[in-house]
Amino acid sequence: MANEPLLKVRDLHTSFFTPAGEVKAVNGVSFNLDRGKVLGIVGESGSGKSVTAYSIMQILAGTGKIVSGSIKLDGQELVGAGETVMKTVRGNKVSIIFQDPMTSLNPTYTIGHQLMEAILLHTNRTKEQARERAVEMLRLVNVNEPEKRMKQYPFEFSGGMRQRVMIAMALACEPDILIADEPTTALDVTIQAQILELMKSLQEELGMAIIMITHDLGVVAQMCDEVIVMYAGSICEQGTAEEIFYNPKHEYTKGLMRSIPTADTAGSKLKPITGTPIDLLNMPEGCPFAPRCDNAMKICIKKKCERMRINEFHFASCWMNVKEGIENGTILNSKEGGEEA
Amino acid sequence: MSENSMNKDGILVDVQHLKQYFNINVGPMQTKPLKAVDDVSFAIKKGETLGLVGESGCGKTTVGRSILHLYKPTGGEVVFNGRPIKGKADINMLRRKATMVFQDPYSSLNPRMTVSDIIGEPLDIHRMYKNKAERRERILELMDQVGLNSEHASRYAHEFSGGQRQRIGIARALALRPEFIVCDEPVSALDVSIQAQVINMFVELQEKMDLTYLFIAHDILVVRHISDRIAVMYLGKMVELADAAEIYEHPLHPYTRSLMSAVPQPDPNVAKANKRIVLSGDIPSPLNAPSGCPFRTRCRYAADCCAESMPEFKEVASGHFVACHRLGEID
Repeated sequence: MANEPLLKVRDLHTSFFTPAGEVKAVNGVSFNLDRGKVLGIVGESGSGKSVTAYSIMQILAGTGKIVSGSIKLDGQELVGAGETVMKTVRGNKVSIIFQDPMTSLNPTYTIGHQLMEAILLHTNRTKEQARERAVEMLRLVNVNEPEKRMKQYPFEFSGGMRQRVMIAMALACEPDILIADEPTTALDVTIQAQILELMKSLQEELGMAIIMITHDLGVVAQMCDEVIVMYAGSICEQGTAEEIFYNPKHEYTKGLMRSIPTADTAGSKLKPITGTPIDLLNMPEGCPFAPRCDNAMKICIKKKCERMRINEFHFASCWMNVKEGIENGTILNSKEGGEEA
Repeated sequence: MSENSMNKDGILVDVQHLKQYFNINVGPMQTKPLKAVDDVSFAIKKGETLGLVGESGCGKTTVGRSILHLYKPTGGEVVFNGRPIKGKADINMLRRKATMVFQDPYSSLNPRMTVSDIIGEPLDIHRMYKNKAERRERILELMDQVGLNSEHASRYAHEFSGGQRQRIGIARALALRPEFIVCDEPVSALDVSIQAQVINMFVELQEKMDLTYLFIAHDILVVRHISDRIAVMYLGKMVELADAAEIYEHPLHPYTRSLMSAVPQPDPNVAKANKRIVLSGDIPSPLNAPSGCPFRTRCRYAADCCAESMPEFKEVASGHFVACHRLGEID
């Protein structure tokens, strides 16, 4: 392997152990992330997209645990690495911004204090240097009058401004990977456009990789080089943005694409996916999407489809591809498939 | 739907110079009016869907609520089916003919009531049945109309998923056989696949029952899909109103233009080629709204005249209304 990917996730299983039983939130996820790329993870609520990200950071809530699998960052194994190692990873190498800019800042400290806290914790800067760096970061994310803003509290900031502060905080230590968990979902469209443009330009400027977690296919189309589509804790399809949007090869992805209203669908009916998302406590044996799939076959209910190669840039786990006789799609197992991706 | 909207025939809801101010405490014993809706006029034709878009805080929800007189409007008039809504009797009539579907399917259903009681409550209030059997029959009919299983009538709201809860909310809105429904962000809390199911249901119900909708949403693609005409609001004012295709393809107001260009298109080639007009800054606080045109602080075409007076909301082409002083200057 000539180019070792920056982040290598292999067969990741993360579960939440609840009184009602084990909830397999992430069920065998594998992917690579190269330096400077933007990877989108899309899926509906409960599909495991956020839990995948939280597993990488190891910031799972309460009963959540990584059951098995491997997460390698720059060749360093993170699963089972312990808190000491993780503390050097979080913030330094991988940072995260959350969906809700209203609740992810502490209302009782100034913006400056919170920004400097992150910098002081992760670097050897003095307080004065940290302050300079914080001002510099605020300027980078286009906050006007950064010196004055440093002394203000979160309530004095609008939603878009808070998200800028979150981005400034996440980027203060120049991480290799920025995980953005629904970064614009809580924002208005025009503010969303501002934040997405900002993230894109910062990404080009600083050369970091971004994992963009979202349910909005519009955001994915605009931002991402590669896309992972998740359903019920598994990856159902993975490939370049062009492949996923123009040549979807999983029934779920096809259904999603048909579900989005566009200018062309006006006046006609949408073709929604029928049924409701699956109960993660009672996962079926076969393909998790089979109960909602219009084209489900007998094998779909019995056996989960392995990851199949559609072409060099595209993998999908759907028996329909076999049926449709895509002969060049040789069946690979998930581990090999991941290496190829 | 492109005929002149000022044609008085076939108009179900006529809103004239609607104003809704809220008094906000700004200091000890001091209040200031927050102009949530400030002099908005439009008409909704029978059987049409009027989409209402704008960013948070622009007053779109307040418009919906004021039309239904959930608030007492500060000024202006709402005429429903030719009858001006003035006294208690008018409001009572209005509440029977016009209902609402709320945004949040989690907080808009009483957790201590069963589904049949939630759907039956409007029937109880307006005494729309003769006996218990008739009530039950009507509730089951409503549940069937929105695709809910009649076996679930005795369950509580928490036992349902978001999409099913929204169906319960819609069944409740349909209970009185209304002519007009205000849909306040009815699909924004739902996942894409469920959202499509609910949108389709709105369309089907409209065809079947000859309903008229005011469809309030911030998702422009959803509004574009479902609406015949679209109105755009900014800081309590209506800035543009036109046929859905027209306003989506050829927006005239600078705000509408940036709003339409900011829509994330679910198509990589379109999205990457799209020239977004990114607005600088945030929406000003409605408590300190700018003088004149509310958009002028973020508008690249703003001139002196924009600070002096609010531009008139006038018809520039058939059925296309815009409020902008600088319309001629925009390329």
